[in-house]
Amino acid sequence: MTDISTEVTGLKVRSPAMLAAGVLGTTGTSLRRIAVSGAGAVVTKSLGVQPSEGHPGPNLVEVDCGFLNAMGLPNPSCAAFLDEMDAAREAGVPIIASVIGRNAEEFSGAARLMGGADALELNVSCPHAERGYGASICSDPDLLADIVRSVKGSVKIPVWVKLPPYVDKITELGIISEKNGADAVVAINTVPAMAIDINTGMPILGNITGGLSGPAIKPISLKCTYDLYKALKIPVISVGGIAGWEDAVEFIMAGAAAVQVGSALHNNIDIFREIETGIKAYLEEKGMTLEAMRGIAHRKT
Amino acid sequence: MMSNRSWFLQLKPIPATVTEVRKEADDVCTLCFDAPMLDRAMPGQYVMVWVHRLDEVPMALSSYNAITIQNVGEATRVLTGMKPGDIIGLRGPYGSGFGIKGSDILIIAGGVGAAPLAPLAEACASRGIKVTALLGAKTVSDLIFVERFKAVGELMTATDDGTEGYLGPVTELMKDVNLEEYDQLYACGPELMMRGVLDMCAERGIESTLQMSLHRYVKCGVGLCGACCIDPDGLRVCCEGPVFTGDKLVGSELGKYRRDASGRKTYPWGRE
Ligand SMILES: Cc1cc2nc3c(=O)[nH]c(=O)nc-3n(C[C@H](O)[C@H](O)[C@H](O)COP(=O)(O)OP(=O)(O)OC[C@H]3O[C@@H](n4cnc5c(N)ncnc54)[C@H](O)[C@@H]3O)c2cc1C
Ligand SMILES: Cc1cc2nc3c(=O)[nH]c(=O)nc-3n(C[C@H](O)[C@H](O)[C@H](O)COP(=O)(O)O)c2cc1C
Ligand code: FES
Repeated sequence: MTDISTEVTGLKVRSPAMLAAGVLGTTGTSLRRIAVSGAGAVVTKSLGVQPSEGHPGPNLVEVDCGFLNAMGLPNPSCAAFLDEMDAAREAGVPIIASVIGRNAEEFSGAARLMGGADALELNVSCPHAERGYGASICSDPDLLADIVRSVKGSVKIPVWVKLPPYVDKITELGIISEKNGADAVVAINTVPAMAIDINTGMPILGNITGGLSGPAIKPISLKCTYDLYKALKIPVISVGGIAGWEDAVEFIMAGAAAVQVGSALHNNIDIFREIETGIKAYLEEKGMTLEAMRGIAHRKT
Repeated sequence: MMSNRSWFLQLKPIPATVTEVRKEADDVCTLCFDAPMLDRAMPGQYVMVWVHRLDEVPMALSSYNAITIQNVGEATRVLTGMKPGDIIGLRGPYGSGFGIKGSDILIIAGGVGAAPLAPLAEACASRGIKVTALLGAKTVSDLIFVERFKAVGELMTATDDGTEGYLGPVTELMKDVNLEEYDQLYACGPELMMRGVLDMCAERGIESTLQMSLHRYVKCGVGLCGACCIDPDGLRVCCEGPVFTGDKLVGSELGKYRRDASGRKTYPWGRE
C-alpha cells in the first residue's frame, strides 16, 4: 500500500496527521491512546514552568460552527509533566512538547525542562491566555524574535512556532520565526471569539472571550497555510477545522508538511486511522505520492 | 418563547429557572428546574451547571429536571443556597449514563452518590426489574432518597455512626447478599467505597456486571480538553463515562490518585 510516512524537521512520522496542542494532551496515557490510534505524532498540552488551574468555567461552549473555548492554559507544569512523558513515549511516535512563557527567559526555562521531547512547539498564539502569555507576544515582533532565538540557543531539538490567525500579518510572523532559527511554523491557533447568553445578556465563557476552533476556521487556516508556504522555506504544519482525510489532503495541497487535528476528536476518537487510510486510498487512486501532492495548489494557478 | 432554532440553542447553556428547593441533608439539597429539553436524559447522565459569574460544574441528574448538590466548595455553596426563581445555565445532558439490563439488580450508594442512582432505581422498577438498594452515609440525617429507594424495592442502610441500619461502611452490607445472584450491580459514592465495590466484584470475577459512575475534574464535558482522562487507558470520564463497567476499571487509578484542575496528580487517599 502507498506509503504516507514523511519527515518533518528531521522527525520521521508514519502519517502526516498529528494531535493538536491542548486537546487530550494533559496526561501521558491519553497521549499514548491517541498515538496508538494512528496519530503520526502527538503534541502535549501547553506547559509552563509554574502549574496553572486555568480560567473558571464555563470553559467551553458549542456554537453552530465549532467550539469556543477559554481553558486558560491549565497545566500541571513542565516538571510535573515529565512524569507523564514515559507513558506517552510507549507508543513510539514523536512527542512534541508545547511550551508557554511571557518572555525569552520563561520560554527557555520551559524549553530546557522539556528538552527530552522530540521537538518543541512554542505557543505564542493562545487568544485567551493570562496577561502576557499567548497571542499578545505576537503583537511585539522583537519579543517574538527574542523568544525564538533564545529557545533555539537553549535546546538541541527542533523548535516549531505556533502562530495566531492574524491573516494579514501571519507571513510576517512566520518570517520573523524563520529568521530567528525556527525549524517549522504551526498555523493556526484558535480565532478570538465570544458568545453571549441572550436570556441573561451575560457572556458565556468564564473568561468572557475565548477562541473558536472547528469547521468554521478551516478556510481561514487554509489561506494561512497557502500564504506561509509561499513565503517561507521552513515547513508549515497546518491546524484548524480538519475533520477528515479530505481536509488533510486540501491542506497538504496548500503546502502543509503535516496537519494537526483537535476539535474533531470530540465525536471521532478514531479519526487518525481514518485520515491515514483515506489519504492512502486517495493517493493510490490518483497514482500520486504525498510529496507530489504537497503544494500542488500553488502550481495550478 | 423559543425560536425554531432551539436545536442550536441547546448546544449553548440552556437557561433554567429553579422551581423548587428541597433540603435532603445538612449540606445537601435538590434543585428542581424547568428544563423540558432534558426529559429524555438517561439515569447516570449529567449536566454542566453554569453558576453565573463564578464557575461551571458537573452534576448528575437526580431526576429528569433536578440536581442534588452537596456543598463542598464555592460553586456548590451558591447552588445549595439558591431559591425558587434563581436562574442557572445547563449544558447537556452529557455522558454515557447507566445501561439498564437484566431482571434483578443491586444498587450500592454512598452519600450524595445516591443522586444518579435514585432515578436509575425508578427507571428499572418501572420496567419491572427487581431492585435492591444498599444505601450508606456518615449518619442518619445524611441518608438521602430513603423514601425513593423504598418506594421501588428493598432497601438496606448503613451509617458510619450506627444511627441507622448497619454500623459501618455500606460495602459491609454487600457481604450479606449473594452478589453473583444479581444481573447487574450499580455503584456511586466516595471513591474508596467504589474501589471497595470494584475489588469485591473482581474477586468474584463479576466485574463486567458492575457499572460505576466516576468523579473526575470535568471542564469541557465534550471530550476535548483532557482534564478528565483516567489512567491507564486515557478514557474520558466526561463523555466515555462517567459510567464505566468494572472490567474497564480493574487496574486503573481509581482509589489511588486523581488529577486536579491543573492536571497534577493528587493523592487524597494517601500514597501507597
Ligand atoms: C459526572 C459528575 C457528576 C457529579 N454529580 C454530582 C452530584 O450529583 N452531586 C454533587 O454534589 N456533586 C456531584 N459531582 C461533584 C461536583 O461536580 C463537585 O463537587 C463540584 O464541582 C464542586 O464545585 P465547587 O466549586 O463547589 O468546589 P471547589 O471549591 O471548586 O473545589 C472543591 C472540590 O470539588 C471538586 N471539583 C471542583 N470543580 C470540579 C469540576 N469542574 N469537576 C469535578 N470536580 C470538581 C474538586 O475535587 C475540588 O477539590 C459530580 C461530578 C462529576 C464529574
Ligand atoms: C479545548 C482546547 C484546548 C486547546 N489548548 C491549546 C493549548 O494548550 N495550546 C495550543 O497551542 N493550542 C491549544 N488549542 C488550539 C488547538 O491546538 C488548535 O490550534 C485549534 O483548536 C484549531 O484546530 P481544530 O479546529 O482542529 O481544533 C486548544 C484547542 C481546544 C479546542
Ligand atoms: S472534561 Fe474535557 S475531555 Fe473530559
